[in-house]
Amino acid sequence: MIQAILVFNNHGKPRLVRFYQRFPEEIQQQIVRETFHLVLKRDDNICNFLEGGSLIGGSDYKLIYRHYATLYFVFCVDSSESELGILDLIQVFVETLDKCFENVCELDLIFHMDKKFPALPEGKIQGANARELQMSEVHSAQICRHIFLLDSALLTE
Amino acid sequence: MALKMVKGSIDRMFDKNLQDLVRGIRNHKEDEAKYISQCIDEIKQELKQDNIAVKANAVCKLTYLQMLGYDISWAAFNIIEVMSASKFTFKRIGYLAASQSFHEGTDVIMLTTNQIRKDLSSPSQYDTGVALTGLSCFVTPDLARDLANDIMTLMSHTKPYIRKKAVLIMYKVFLKYPESLRPAFPRLKEKLEDPDPGVQSAAVNVICELARRNPKNYLSLAPLFFKLMTSSTNNWVLIKIIKLFGALTPLEPRLGKKLIEPLTNLIHSTSAMSLLYECVNTVIAVLISLSSGMPNHSASIQLCVQKLRILIEDSDQNLKYLGLLAMSKILKTHPKSVQSHKDLILQCLDDKDESIRLRALDLLYGMVSKKNLMEIVKKLMTHVDKAEGTTYRDELLTKIIDICSQSNYQYITNFEWYISILVELTRLEGTRHGHLIAAQMLDVAIRVKAIRKFAVSQMSALLDSAHLLASSTQRNGICEVLYAAAWICGEFSEHLQEPHHTLEAMLRPKVTTLPGHIQAVYVQNVVKLYANILQQKEQAGEAEGAQAVTQLMVDRLPQFVQSADLEVQERASCILQLVKHIQKLQAKDVPVAEEVSTLFAGELNPVAPKAQKKVPVPEGLDLDAWINEPLSDSESEDERPRAVFHEEEQRRPKHRPSEADEEELARRREARKQEQANNPFYIKSSPSPQKRYQDAPGVEHIPVVQIDLSVPLKVPGLPMSDQYVKLEEERRHRQKLEKDKRRKKRKEKEKKGKRRHSSLPTESDEDIAPAQQVDIVTEEMPENALPSDEDDKDPNDPYRALDIDLDKPLADSEKLPIQKHRNAETSKSPEKDVPVVEKKSKKPKKKEKKHKEKERDKEKKKQKEKKAEDLDFWLSTTPPPAPAPAPAPSTHECEDAKTEAQDEEDNAEGQDQDKKSPKHKKKKHKKEKEERTKGKKKSKKQPLGSEEAEAAGEPVQNGAAEEEPLPPESSYSLLAENSYVKMTCDIRGSLQEDSQVTVAIVLENRSSSILKGMELSVLDSLNARMARPQGSSVHDGVPVPFQLPPGVSNEAQYVFTIQSIVMAQKLKGTLSFIAKNDEGATHEKLDFRLHFSCSSYLTTTPCYSDAFAKLLESGDLSMSSVKVDGIRMSFQNLLAKICFHHHFSVVERVDSCASMYSRSIQGHHVCLLVKKGENSVSVDGKCSDSTLLSNLLEEMKATLAKC
Repeated sequence: MIQAILVFNNHGKPRLVRFYQRFPEEIQQQIVRETFHLVLKRDDNICNFLEGGSLIGGSDYKLIYRHYATLYFVFCVDSSESELGILDLIQVFVETLDKCFENVCELDLIFHMDKKFPALPEGKIQGANARELQMSEVHSAQICRHIFLLDSALLTE
Repeated sequence: MALKMVKGSIDRMFDKNLQDLVRGIRNHKEDEAKYISQCIDEIKQELKQDNIAVKANAVCKLTYLQMLGYDISWAAFNIIEVMSASKFTFKRIGYLAASQSFHEGTDVIMLTTNQIRKDLSSPSQYDTGVALTGLSCFVTPDLARDLANDIMTLMSHTKPYIRKKAVLIMYKVFLKYPESLRPAFPRLKEKLEDPDPGVQSAAVNVICELARRNPKNYLSLAPLFFKLMTSSTNNWVLIKIIKLFGALTPLEPRLGKKLIEPLTNLIHSTSAMSLLYECVNTVIAVLISLSSGMPNHSASIQLCVQKLRILIEDSDQNLKYLGLLAMSKILKTHPKSVQSHKDLILQCLDDKDESIRLRALDLLYGMVSKKNLMEIVKKLMTHVDKAEGTTYRDELLTKIIDICSQSNYQYITNFEWYISILVELTRLEGTRHGHLIAAQMLDVAIRVKAIRKFAVSQMSALLDSAHLLASSTQRNGICEVLYAAAWICGEFSEHLQEPHHTLEAMLRPKVTTLPGHIQAVYVQNVVKLYANILQQKEQAGEAEGAQAVTQLMVDRLPQFVQSADLEVQERASCILQLVKHIQKLQAKDVPVAEEVSTLFAGELNPVAPKAQKKVPVPEGLDLDAWINEPLSDSESEDERPRAVFHEEEQRRPKHRPSEADEEELARRREARKQEQANNPFYIKSSPSPQKRYQDAPGVEHIPVVQIDLSVPLKVPGLPMSDQYVKLEEERRHRQKLEKDKRRKKRKEKEKKGKRRHSSLPTESDEDIAPAQQVDIVTEEMPENALPSDEDDKDPNDPYRALDIDLDKPLADSEKLPIQKHRNAETSKSPEKDVPVVEKKSKKPKKKEKKHKEKERDKEKKKQKEKKAEDLDFWLSTTPPPAPAPAPAPSTHECEDAKTEAQDEEDNAEGQDQDKKSPKHKKKKHKKEKEERTKGKKKSKKQPLGSEEAEAAGEPVQNGAAEEEPLPPESSYSLLAENSYVKMTCDIRGSLQEDSQVTVAIVLENRSSSILKGMELSVLDSLNARMARPQGSSVHDGVPVPFQLPPGVSNEAQYVFTIQSIVMAQKLKGTLSFIAKNDEGATHEKLDFRLHFSCSSYLTTTPCYSDAFAKLLESGDLSMSSVKVDGIRMSFQNLLAKICFHHHFSVVERVDSCASMYSRSIQGHHVCLLVKKGENSVSVDGKCSDSTLLSNLLEEMKATLAKC
């Protein structure tokens, strides 16, 4: 299960924060900050897994992250998820954003925050489970279709 | 009104939208907090306005602020307002805000229940979708209970998009409302075979997640998953299933055996690293569960290790990390196969990535042997020196200690080396693990007797340099080491070379800067040292020397008396008085040493940490009972009867027996040892209490290898462990030369003693004998210690509530709570109510379920056994016999024997052939039921073909759904088509509203143009009208809410209100659209006819046989019948067709005769009795409306005629 999805920039500013488990706002910010400090220390050429430790749910949890240009995409998952799968998932997620915004950059995320949330739940993650999102290529097309449909639904209203 | 609207939109122009807010925050970097609080004030103003658009905008901004860490719970009510907006754009904003900020503590959340229910049943899939998504984030137990049924209905929605979401959210519902698991599970299971891969994978995910927490309840699903695993090509689903199997195998080793082969195949064939990795992981789990008594899998292990090596050697750090992670799992059971890759793992220790180094460290733990321990630790020590960052260094430190101390210091051959390693570790600055080192020092010094002398010398050196430690490392934990050092020097002071020197070191004023608990130990051990010195001096006749020591004590102790720490203060003042008293005695020339040393006489032995807990309460001892008579205190222990004494001795190992019959005791001890040696459950206890009697061949008297004298016993300053490595090498070399001789000796030793190493021989280590006697005194445990009970599960574990047996048949009481509609009919007759209540809580088509229901009371136990048998059967290594038809009397029975449902019926029917007539059945329903079960039991006894048939049927039951091939059918029928577009539609009765049907129209674009501006206009009839948006007239078209790019299809749903449902009817309609391609746009039209058949007004409603019987008995149903000839299709498929096309469900099936039930959207009950003859089928129907019935039967006739 995915516990949380955090996207923040190189300075630790949160760009998208989605917790699938309830934490009070202060704790959420604290988690973002801690996570940021953990990932920041790491070079780009070392592995993308971090033992979660005390951060969210104890030793069962791992942080899996990817760094794209100015943004860190961090997924906090428990042991039922495949580590490599989540890495692919992040890739798919970023590709989806890329398709939504056409060459996504940090500014897009900043200014279209209302649009990227649907990109998360509509396209993929639901109820704390990174599930259908794990549909890889076949479904990445489908995800985009969903978003496309969503947009068209918006247009027609 | 209009003015207000205009005003509202003008106001909006001046409001900030989200973009403005973000921009504003970026422009106010210096006073961000101030700017935001200003914005929040604005938002509060906006929320007070009536205009929903303004509110939505405000909520949208709040959501952003929430992400930045601002509490927005005060706006919860406004969020709900926005959620209930009719416009999707606003609704979405509301749900998003809710999902981000609502939680169980939000009190207004209960207001949302109805809104959410409305959205869930909305005809627009996006409304439903957004509600589901939002709900998944903030579902509470109340919401879960109230909405479980609605969500379950959505699990069979026509749109995969909704089905998928509904399946996923069920997981959350289960968590919050565990009672829903059992009623919903059958349907969830069904979704495992959903045609849409997305839905399928969602179901797999949910079940995997459930099974991970309580695997044993899902064992029975193993065959189904196995089938999925071998058939699925979706890597994501495969990964999940394989992970699930990893969780299941520990419970069922036979499953593991079955898995090995397909997994190995996957490992060989797959190119996806993630899949490969998970396969390897599960194979490892399988091997672990099989580790005992499965010799043939060394090939699999080799394969795994090989593949992992490839991963570890990969340049991708992620793969390397995972490879090491998996390797550490293999290590636990198959250390040898990992050990061969030591080179690789040591290499990883040098990796620049800390995560990888840590993983490699984990692996090292299992790779050490007597041979390489020193080498590995040496390497680690160099890492300790190099490591920057205390976390990693601390990790190294704990690992070194772990590695060395594992399984009772099994791999340490030279404890002098180990002590010096520990001493070296004390030089680490800033470590948090001083107490760990201290504990090791104490442990080794206490348990390895031969090392005490050496340990004491090292410790006194440590104490000597204590000022160093104390001053520079006061801030961190390393001073804990002094605790151990002081205690060891005090307790084993007889080994001290220069006790006086050490005493002075311990009484230095600097000591008072140490933490209180260490000072306390200092004070206590100072006295031990003092007692020792006193004795030495007196024996040597140096009275003055003795007095000088006393004087030193009297001078120095007051510094402790002033300590702020109570413990230190108390001990110090106590001891100070004691010493002063001694001083007085000494002044009178009274010899005191003897008496002082009795204060500390005797030896302390290590006691196992759990020893106290494990002392069993002796039989007959009631701890709560009042003790009336105090034990007679005049009796001293050795005067007691022998038997009592003997027991006492065992239970209280610390007890010191005084002079007793030594021979007798020795004899008894021998006898007991013998007994213990033969008793595999006995935990060895130390021989300590009987120290004095050990002139019999005891631990002390085994000829030991003397400590090599070339090792300097006292190393000046701090020792270097390296020198021990060298010495150890020399020693080993010498040992080799003396090997033969030594072997002999060892054999002798083993014969005599109960040496630990003799019981733990490792072949590869055999030629290395330890330098020290490894006479590790095992920890004391009470004689008959209870076996350790594992810690109970955490009672607060949320998943615990989901530990529910899913194989047990559903009980009547187990239903999801349903909101009942206000239905005039239902209130009229209570018995008609039954089907309504049952609605949706049971699956309509699962006959198996019904049988279970029927026979629940009597057969519950049997069913359970049967389940187990099924699994057993599936797991048995022999290939399951093909589900071939069993020999049965008549041809159609033979045909039907394949389906499991039929099997049971056959068995029952073997006895009750003549009970087929419907009237008979109607009247004697209950009786028949009883007879049937009886009949079943009887037939079980007969060793006829029927049992075989059952056995053959079982794997099908679990392997699921190998039904007779029925051509795949769609409920969507063609409506109209032309070169541009193809329309198919499905008409469903709505469960939510009376007299409404939902028409789902799938539009498929077949052209290369984009279709847009689609409008659907339908001519209403008197009887049926389309639900249109408010304000639009009957003649207006209804827009289709999407566009269609080339080749794409999509579904739109429309609701129709029907007045009378007793007749079928047709509505004319037109679809108009604009087809746009490169050449331009054209207006196109397509006419169609919507055919509302009577069947489309029926909704599949399950009904129980007893309710069904009551309904028939009530007598207010009219009857009609129809017969069709020339039918060759099997009865099973026939029924399936009726169920599918006419929305019926099978109530009961007896041989070639079945009763079926359905219910119209207006509450008409329709009961059918379908009978199959040689080549014909007759259908008798009963219904509360005769017109409806006759129309229905006509439709059915048409369907059957096609068969």
